[in-house]
Amino acid sequence: MEATANIENATGEKVEIMNDVVAQPNVDDIHETVGSPFCENAKMAMRDVQVYYGDKQAIFDVGLDIGKNEVVAMIGPSGCGKSTFLRCLNRMNDTIDICRVEGSLKLEGQDIYDPKLDVVPLRARVGMVFQKPNPFPKSIYDNVAYGPRIHGLTNRKAELDEIVETSLRKASLWDEVKDRLQSPGTGLSGGQQQRLCIARTIAVSPEVILMDEPCSALDPIATAKIEELIAELSENFTIAIVTHSMQQAARVSNRTAYFHLGKLIEVNDTEKVFTNPEHELTEAYITGRFG
Amino acid sequence: MSSNTQSSNKPSTIDLVNKNLAKRYRAEKRFRGYGIASILFGLICLVFLFTDIIGKGYTAFVQNYIQLEVQLDADTLGISDINDPNQVAMANYMGVIKRSLRERFPEVTGRRDKRKLYALVSNGSGFDLRKQMEADPEILGTTQSLWFMADDDVDTYIKSYSKDGKVFTGRTDEMQQGWIASLIEADQVESRFNTVFFQNGDSREPEQAGIRGAIMGSLFTMLVTLLLSFPIGVAAAVYLEEYAPKNKWTDLIEVNINNLAAVPSIIFGLLGVAIFIGMFGMPRSLPLVGGMVLTLMTLPTIIISSRAAIKAVPPSIREAALGIGASKMQMILHHVLPLAMPGMLTGAIIGLAQALGETAPLLMIGMVAFIVDVPGGVTDPATVLPVQIFLWSDSPERAFVERTSAAIMVLLGFLIVMNALAVWLRKRLERRW
Ligand SMILES: Nc1ncnc2c1ncn2[C@@H]1O[C@H](COP(=O)(O)OP(=O)(O)OP(=O)(O)O)[C@@H](O)[C@H]1O
Ligand SMILES: [Mg+2]
Repeated sequence: MEATANIENATGEKVEIMNDVVAQPNVDDIHETVGSPFCENAKMAMRDVQVYYGDKQAIFDVGLDIGKNEVVAMIGPSGCGKSTFLRCLNRMNDTIDICRVEGSLKLEGQDIYDPKLDVVPLRARVGMVFQKPNPFPKSIYDNVAYGPRIHGLTNRKAELDEIVETSLRKASLWDEVKDRLQSPGTGLSGGQQQRLCIARTIAVSPEVILMDEPCSALDPIATAKIEELIAELSENFTIAIVTHSMQQAARVSNRTAYFHLGKLIEVNDTEKVFTNPEHELTEAYITGRFG
Repeated sequence: MSSNTQSSNKPSTIDLVNKNLAKRYRAEKRFRGYGIASILFGLICLVFLFTDIIGKGYTAFVQNYIQLEVQLDADTLGISDINDPNQVAMANYMGVIKRSLRERFPEVTGRRDKRKLYALVSNGSGFDLRKQMEADPEILGTTQSLWFMADDDVDTYIKSYSKDGKVFTGRTDEMQQGWIASLIEADQVESRFNTVFFQNGDSREPEQAGIRGAIMGSLFTMLVTLLLSFPIGVAAAVYLEEYAPKNKWTDLIEVNINNLAAVPSIIFGLLGVAIFIGMFGMPRSLPLVGGMVLTLMTLPTIIISSRAAIKAVPPSIREAALGIGASKMQMILHHVLPLAMPGMLTGAIIGLAQALGETAPLLMIGMVAFIVDVPGGVTDPATVLPVQIFLWSDSPERAFVERTSAAIMVLLGFLIVMNALAVWLRKRLERRW
């Protein structure tokens, strides 16, 4: 009930006074992110980000840093704009005609929305793993080798083999598929497919990996594997992960960002967010009162 | 709702459901029945069509030949030097054939009777004999027992004669029938597979008329159509689906493409006459021009089916490709087109099958001309299968009736092969994963 009231509130059609047990602040009045959204060794730095779908604004004034080798989790109720924000970070939103992004988004100081910037190398540097496993209808080998091939990382078969093997090893899939690299990637189980997609992403050695609910289509065991993997990957990569599972956020991330109706409400160390949230909305969400 | 089911005097929900169940099943049965009935109706029509065409046409695949003892003496033929190709070409072959007919039936005397006698064999027999002479000059001066094509009236008569029951005499008279009976008695009539039908172009003489010219004309026309319409159609579909901005211009284009698919084909023929023949001054009757006209007609079909195939490629695959940094072109070439290919090919083959059966626009650009030579390329005047069928069905000779049906069978055969090819291609390309 509360969540519905809030959505209507933000779209500006109908404002309902919430009859919740705890009186919650009106989201319209929130202009500041509480906690520590910024950090010193930022790999990606976003300031005053606004995203519009046509006339409708989906992201309001978001400022956030993602530190080097850090895992940032993004949580929040459905429709609050987590995916939208994440997709801005490697300009996947470009594929949506009506989507417009404003503000400053920088990858190591370079504006990624600079019109002169080529998205192809950007996406090689900022890779993405999607909610639903989406391997190409090609062999396992070709799935992983596709990125290195199109980016011309190597011309030699032996080197390519090595890239494929190390990527699959890093995605902890190698042992399961090493005997059937030529069989179709679509023939793997859901969890294996998702790890294949991760291997495909890390095969081009990106600096940042964006993950949009990478485990939502997987069972607990496959999820555990991926979470383990994320912990390992964070040694070499910077990771931003959207998740609906608070346990998952708690397990894998260093910092957690809580989004609410297109606004970034709170960013803090993960432990703090889940034990002692600063903002009432965050608290309401993690205690399960809405979302 | 929920308060209704709770009140005591109303039957419970499950009772209501059970009561309706029987009715629902009956309705479902009826629904299925309608479908089965329509399929049966279609099948029955198809069976009628096939029995009619095959029943009329199968006899066209055989041709009766008459055996004659021919004296190939140099004097009568008028060949003094066998090495002179001119003499061999101009020799009086028909003369020796007529003489052997006279010798076979010495009782025939009158001039008119003799003419009837000569009419037993095809008037192209002289030409056939010349070919044999050219192939093997050694036979000059010998007496050979050779087989000659029966004239179309004779052929039709013999065919109806050997089919028991009603005899179709046609234009043969009693005297000729007597000669034929005597030839059959002496085993001098033989029914053979009609190779001429598959080797010759059109002819005024039914027994010499073949379908090869029309088949080749159709093949060349289809080749031009395929080579033009598939790349153009796919390129247009890719642009419209992947690159074109969504605005009123692209909407207008889309509406127009859909409308073009419904334009009667004869209009495309008129367009072809006006543009290709009128404006660009291209000659008439060419498979090249026919192919271009059919391209205009096929394009909308190919564009529409290609767009549907491209649209059906899951967005997740596009995102996956873009997400690891493929450019738009790489995404299209590596992922979208391979996945859309079965659908696009199916559309193209269906479009081509339509074009193969198309008659009206080709009549407009003059592919209806009487063309004897088998075309050797896209710039040789030609006709196509459906036009050939149209031409033959219009001819008065009885023997053209069976040839018309035979030509329809050939056309249907091509269509079935093309559709089977479409299914096979789709299966093959899809089975990859
Ligand atoms: N392609 C689009 N066109 C128009 N509006 C969109 C589009 N994608 C998302 N939106 C809107 O933007 C808002 C944020 O959506 P987004 O997908 O980012 O939410 P989310 O936080 O990822 O939700 P979920 O947890 O359910 O995935 C929603 O109100 C949604 O309706
Ligand atoms: Mg989402």
